[in-house]
Amino acid sequence: MTVTGSRAAVVTLPADTQIMITREFGAPRHLLFLAWTTPELIRRWWSGGRGEVTSVEVDLRPGGRWRYVLAAQDGTEAAFHGEYLEVVPDERIVSTEVYEGLPDAEAVTTLTLTEAGGRTTLTLLVQHTSRENRDRHLEYGDSLQEAMDLLEQAALAAR
Amino acid sequence: MARAATTADAFNAVAEPRRRQILDALSGGERPVNDLVALLGLAQPQVSKHLRVLREVGLVEVRGDGRQRMYRLNGRPLRPIYDWVRAYEQSWSRRFGELDAVLAELMEADGDDGDG
Repeated sequence: MTVTGSRAAVVTLPADTQIMITREFGAPRHLLFLAWTTPELIRRWWSGGRGEVTSVEVDLRPGGRWRYVLAAQDGTEAAFHGEYLEVVPDERIVSTEVYEGLPDAEAVTTLTLTEAGGRTTLTLLVQHTSRENRDRHLEYGDSLQEAMDLLEQAALAAR
Repeated sequence: MARAATTADAFNAVAEPRRRQILDALSGGERPVNDLVALLGLAQPQVSKHLRVLREVGLVEVRGDGRQRMYRLNGRPLRPIYDWVRAYEQSWSRRFGELDAVLAELMEADGDDGDG
């Protein structure tokens, strides 16, 4: 058995152009889908406590657009947008995603929700067109990050 | 199968918690293996095994200093990916933590509303 009690997200890099995020939730998947796609609910969780989600637009249908804006405590803003390519209620959303600070690095993101015994496993696969863009997504996609950790400082010092 | 992958590159090599501890210890500067044994509370063969893995992926370098072998951190192999992935993972963990709170409320509402 794995340690399913862990509430941490798991990030892996299945291929040079991909990022995969996995996490299990103690809720049925239709509620995850609801929380993932309802603007008033997105506003409450999407910033991850790093600021305020100041704008959420969701047009949930193939060809529909989405756009989120996050205002960080330090006053900086980050905006993301994209287009829905495929929407299967409660199960799957495929969409494009671009961080407006890096407009050339558009990714295709696939959200998959699988439910077993009242628990839901969420996987989010981010597919970039190049390794360079994937790496920039990792580096800048969360540029509102707090200070570097000890190991990173050590890595920089060892340059 | 998964075991082989843990040593394939720097990013995977540091997935092992003991190896992270070793790197954290070496981040303060060069150390002989005896220091690491004492710090980690592991037997020397185990520490040596982890050090060997870390050397193979280039994260740790070694030099002889008299009778001692001194180990030091080489952060370069980590820089391109590892720090970003950790930061990215932490940011998603926080986001999902907030999502848990929203889901708890939705579950409560689901129960309250029944079929009404």
